[in-house]
Amino acid sequence: MAAAGCPDRIAVETIEQIKSRIEAAVAGARVDIVPNDSPSAQRSLLLDNAHAVAVATFLRDEPGLQFDYASNMTAVDWLDAVLKEKVKVKKLVEGVEKEVEETVEKQRPGYLEAVYHLYSMALKHGPLIIRMRTENRADKNHLPSLTRVWRGCEFQEREGFDLYGIIFDRHPDLRRILMWDGFKDFPMRKDYVEPDDYEYEPTAHYEVLQKAEKHASEKVAT
Amino acid sequence: MSAIAEFDEVAAQGRNYEVLPKALDNGENSGELLEVAMGPHHPSTHGVFRMDVVLDGERVVKLKPVFGYLHRNHEKIAENTTYLASMPYTDRLDYFCSLTNNWAYAMAVEKLAGLQVPERAEYIRVITAELTRLQNHASLVGFLMQDMGALGTPLMYAFREREKILDLFEALTGARMMCNYMRFGGCRVDLPEGWLQQANRVVADFPRFVDEFERLLSENEIIMARSQGVGVLPKQLAINASITGPMLRAAGVNYDIRKVDKYGIYDRFSFRVPLGEHGDVYDRYMMRVLEMRESVKILQQALPAIPEGPIIDPKSKLRGFRPKVGEAYARIEAPKGELGFYLISDGSPNPYRYRVRPPSFINLTILEDMCLGRLVADVVIILGSVDIVLGEVDR
Repeated sequence: MAAAGCPDRIAVETIEQIKSRIEAAVAGARVDIVPNDSPSAQRSLLLDNAHAVAVATFLRDEPGLQFDYASNMTAVDWLDAVLKEKVKVKKLVEGVEKEVEETVEKQRPGYLEAVYHLYSMALKHGPLIIRMRTENRADKNHLPSLTRVWRGCEFQEREGFDLYGIIFDRHPDLRRILMWDGFKDFPMRKDYVEPDDYEYEPTAHYEVLQKAEKHASEKVAT
Repeated sequence: MSAIAEFDEVAAQGRNYEVLPKALDNGENSGELLEVAMGPHHPSTHGVFRMDVVLDGERVVKLKPVFGYLHRNHEKIAENTTYLASMPYTDRLDYFCSLTNNWAYAMAVEKLAGLQVPERAEYIRVITAELTRLQNHASLVGFLMQDMGALGTPLMYAFREREKILDLFEALTGARMMCNYMRFGGCRVDLPEGWLQQANRVVADFPRFVDEFERLLSENEIIMARSQGVGVLPKQLAINASITGPMLRAAGVNYDIRKVDKYGIYDRFSFRVPLGEHGDVYDRYMMRVLEMRESVKILQQALPAIPEGPIIDPKSKLRGFRPKVGEAYARIEAPKGELGFYLISDGSPNPYRYRVRPPSFINLTILEDMCLGRLVADVVIILGSVDIVLGEVDR
C-alpha cells in the first residue's frame, strides 16, 4: 500500500522484471529505471527514442503485460541545471592518504520530457510509467509519437506539441490544440515570458507600462 | 528562431482539415460538399466548443473538434502557486462536480506527501462524491433529452432533484457549486448538525425520481428511435482510445476505477458495475440511469455507517507545506470518467509540474469516428451523450 488508502496495483511483475523482459524482447533497446524517493514510490522506465515505438507495441501486446490503456500522457520541461553530486575522492591530507567526500558540480543540459501512464484494462494492473527525453530544448526537440500504438494519446500529444513545443514524429494530425493557430512561443515552458498586456489595443495602465519597461531593460541587458 | 519556424511548418502540414475530401469511399458523393462551423456559440455544444463539419447533404463526411475558447492555462497557474492555493481552482475544471475534482487533487497530494486520511473523512468523501455523481448524471440525462428535442421538461425534473443535492452541498461547504471542501489528509469542516438526516431524506426520495424519469423516458418511442444504433463505439476502439467512465462501460468493458483501484474505502460497499451491449447513445443513457441506482445503494450503506472521529490528518500542514522531491499520479472514477492528477515536486512550496488528466477532453478523441456517415442531428446527440464540460476540456 502506497499511501492514503489508495494502493497502486503494479502487482504481476516488478519494474525490474519488466525492464529485463523489454531488453530481451526488443533487440538493442536501452531502458533505465528512474528512481522516485517520495512516499508514492512510483518509479518509471526511461526509453531510448529510437526503440520507443517497438517497446510500446511490446508492452501493449505481450500477453503477461497487456498495457492496452494509455491513461495519461503529458510533457515536462526541465531547464539547464547544475546538479551537485557527492563523490569520494582519495586525497593527501597532511601527508596521509585519506578518503574525502567532495561535492562535484555537473552541468545538466535542459531537455523536454514526455511521460506516459499505462494501465491494463484486461489484467487490471498498473500504472507503468514510461518516459522519453529530447536531446535539448531548442532545436533537437523531436520524439516518436505513440499515437499509432495508443490512439488515446492523439489529443494529449497535440497538447504537448502546442504548449511545450515537442515535435512528435509521425503523429497523424499535429496542430495547435488549445492555443490558436499562429500563436508563437510555448506557454507551459518554464522560461516563457508573459505578454505585457493581454488587450488587443495596448492599455496605458501604470502596471502594464512598468512590466513593459522591465522587459525592455532585461532585453538590453542580455 | 529556427525551432519556431520548424514548428510552424509542422503545424501547417497537419492542417489537413481545410482540404475538403473529394468523394466518399463508396462513391456515393453526388452533390457539393459544404463545410459548416457548428459552434462555438451553439446551444447543443454545452459551452464554447466548435466542430468543423464537412457535409454531403445532411451526412457528415468529416468532423474536427476545435478547442481552446475557455483555455486559461490552469496548469501554469497551479505551477505558479502553492499546493493548497490550487484547491479552489480545481472546482472550476468540471464545474458540475467540484467535489470529485477536489478529491482527485487531494489524493494526488496525499500520495506525494504520504498523508493518511482519517476514517470519518473517507466516509464524507465517498458520500459527497456519490451525491455529486447523482446530480451530474441526472442533469446530463436532462441535457441529452434537451438535445433530442424534449425541450425543458426532463431537464427541469432533473434540476429539481439536483437542487436538493446542491442544498446539501451548501449546508456542508458554504457553496452550491464551487465547494473547495477537501484538504490534504481530510476535509475542511465537519458535517453540520442535522446534515445526515437531511441527506438520508434526499437519498430515500431519489429512487422515486429515477423511477419517474425512467417511466417517462426509457421506453419512449421517440428516444429509442433517435438514439438506438446511433454513435456506436466498438469495444476495441474504446480501449485503445483511452475512453473512460460511462462511455467505456456502455461499450461493454468492465472497468470501474472504484472496483479496480479500490481507492478510499470503496471496497467496503457492495455495488454493481452496469455494462452496455451496443455502445450506442441509448446504452450511454441507460448507463447513467443505472449508475444513479448504484450510487443510491452506496449512499444507503455509507450514511448509517459513518463513524465519529477527526476529519483531518494531524500531520497535514496548511502552511509551509513542502512535499519531498518526487512525483505521483492519482486517479479516481469521476462522474465523467477517469480524472487523474500528476504532480512533480522539486521540494519547493509550488508543484514543479501539475497536470490534470481530464476525462471529457480525452473522451472527445473518437467524436469523429462516431459521427462519420451520420446526420447533423445525430452529431448533436452523440456529443450530448459524451458528457463534456468545457471548463475541463479547455482548462
